[in-house]
Amino acid sequence: MDYHIMRTFADSWGLLAMLLFFIGASIFAFRPGSKVLSDEAARIPLKDD
Amino acid sequence: MKHGSAIIGLGVATFLVLLAAGFAYDAAFASHMWVLFFVLLISVVVLLRRTTFEPAPVINPSVYMDEPIRYGVVATMFWAVVGLLVGVIVALQLAYPELNIEPWFNFGRMRPLHTSGVIFAFCGNALLATSFYVVQRTTRARLFGGDLVWFVFWGYQLFIVMAATGYLLGITEGREYAEPEWYVDLWLTIVWVAYLVVFLGTILKREEPHIYVANWFYLSFIVTVAMLHVVNNLSMPVSLLGTKSYSAFSGVQDALTQWWYGHNAVGFFLTAGFLGMMYYFVPKQANRPVYSYRLSIIHFWALIFLYIWAGPHHLHFTALPDWAQTLGMVFSIMLWMPSWGGMINGLMTLSGAWDKLRTDPIIRMMVAAIAFYGMSTFEGPMMSIKTVNSLSHYTDWTIGHVHSGALGWNGLIAFAALYYMVPKLWNRERLYSMRMVSWHFWCATLGIVIYAAVMWVAGIQQGLMWREHDEQGFLVYSFVESVAALHPYYQIRALGGGLYLTGALIMAWNVAMTILGYQRCEEPIGGALPAMQPAE
Repeated sequence: MDYHIMRTFADSWGLLAMLLFFIGASIFAFRPGSKVLSDEAARIPLKDD
Repeated sequence: MKHGSAIIGLGVATFLVLLAAGFAYDAAFASHMWVLFFVLLISVVVLLRRTTFEPAPVINPSVYMDEPIRYGVVATMFWAVVGLLVGVIVALQLAYPELNIEPWFNFGRMRPLHTSGVIFAFCGNALLATSFYVVQRTTRARLFGGDLVWFVFWGYQLFIVMAATGYLLGITEGREYAEPEWYVDLWLTIVWVAYLVVFLGTILKREEPHIYVANWFYLSFIVTVAMLHVVNNLSMPVSLLGTKSYSAFSGVQDALTQWWYGHNAVGFFLTAGFLGMMYYFVPKQANRPVYSYRLSIIHFWALIFLYIWAGPHHLHFTALPDWAQTLGMVFSIMLWMPSWGGMINGLMTLSGAWDKLRTDPIIRMMVAAIAFYGMSTFEGPMMSIKTVNSLSHYTDWTIGHVHSGALGWNGLIAFAALYYMVPKLWNRERLYSMRMVSWHFWCATLGIVIYAAVMWVAGIQQGLMWREHDEQGFLVYSFVESVAALHPYYQIRALGGGLYLTGALIMAWNVAMTILGYQRCEEPIGGALPAMQPAE
C-alpha cells in the first residue's frame, strides 16, 4: 500500500464514494414528505425550558 | 466518601509528578513538573477540605446536570478576559518593542499564550459549556457519565494551565495552534476521549427520537478535533522525562500535516462547533425555529466534505506540490457555498422578527456574529486564490482576516450564548443589565471594525512594499522599512483590541452581578413599534 495506490484510490473511487454519499444525503434531505418531519425537528429546541 | 477516588488518584499523581520533577531530563521539564506538582497539590487540598462522609445524595436522572455548565460559563468568562488581555499586550509589544520582557514575557512566548488562550481556553470552554447545555435540552436526557463530566471540565482546565505555563517557560513544538509538547498532548487526548464518551453517551440515551442538527455539528467537532490532534501530534519524545519530541513527519509532509490540522482547527473547532451554538441559541433567543432545517442538513454535509481539503492554501508558493496547492484553493472557494448557506439560514431565522434587533441587544449580537461569519468566510476563500495570496501571504491582512472571524464570529456568538444561558442556569429573572449588553455590543463591534480595517491597510501596504521594484528589477524597500511603516497601524490595532477587551470586561461585570442575584435599575430598551392605527 504505497503512496501512489492511496493517491489513485483517493482521486477515483474515494472521490466518487464521497460525492455519491453527499448527493444521497442531499436527496434524502429533500425527499418527498421530509418537509413535515424537518419542520417538526426544527421545533425541538423550542419544546421545553 | 465524597471525591474519594479523585483524592486518591490526584494524591498518587502528585507524588509521581514530584518524582518526575526530581529525575527530569532537562531543566524546562523540571520547572514544568514543579508547576504541575503545585497545581495538583492545591487540588488535593481543596478536595480534602470539601469532602464529607455523609451518604451521597440520590441523583434524579430526569434533572439536567447543570453544575459543570455553570463552572464552564465562569471559566469561559475568565479565560475570555485573560486571552483578550494577553492579545492587547502582544499588540502593544509589536508597537513598542520595549515591552518585551525577557525571557518569559517576550513576544515569541506571549503570542502562543494569546492564540491558545482565546482559541482553546475561551472558545474551548464556551464549546464545552454550550455543548453540554444544548445536548441535554435537545435530547431531553441528563448528561451521561456522572463524574466523568467533572473529569472533562477540570482535565481541560489542567490542559490549559499546562499549555500556558509551558509556553512561558519556553516549551513548544512550534506547531501553529498545537504548540504544547508531547506529554500535554497525551493528556488532552485522554480528556478529549472522555468528552466524546460523555457527549455520545448522552445522545445514545436520548429521549427525543431525532438528533437535532446542533448536536451533529458538536459531534463532528469533537470527532474531527480528536483525529486532527492525534495525527498532527504523532511524535517521538527524546526522553520520557524530557520536554523535547520530534515529529513523525519531516519536510513538506510535516508542513502539510500541520496545516491540515491548523485549517481544520479553524474549520471544526471554530466553525462546526460554533455553528452548533448558532443552530440552538439563535432559534431560542428569537423564539422561532431555524429558517430551513433541510438547508441545515445540506450545510452540515457540505461543510464536512469540503473543509478537510482546504488546508494546503496556507502553503501557497512553498515546496508543496502545485496540484496540492490548487486543490486547497479550489476547495476553499467551494466552501463559499456551505458558509453562505449557513449564514443565510442563521439570518433568515429572524425573518418576521427583525424588530427584535431594536429591542434585544443579544439578538443584535447574534446577527452581528453571523454577519461576521459570512464576511470572514467570504474573505478567506478570496485570500486562498493564488493571485490574491501572492499579495496577502505573510502580511497583516491575514491577521486582520483571522480576527474578523475570531472576534466577530466566535467571540460574539459565544458572548451571546453566555448572555442567554446565565439567567437560566442561575434561575435569575433576567440579566443584571440589558443596557450593558448594548454597551458591550458597540464596544466589541467598533473594536473589530477598527482592527480589521487597519490590518487591511497595513497588510496591503506591507505586501505592496515587499514586491515593489524599480525598472532594473531591484527591490525598492528593505524589509525594515516595511516594518517601520507599520508602526501607526500597530498602535491603532492595539486600540481596536483594547475596545474589544473593554466590552468583555463590561460583560464580566454584568455576568458576575447576574450570578450574585442583582438587577440593575434601568430604563428598558425602547424601540418597540408603536401600536398601528387602522387607516381611515
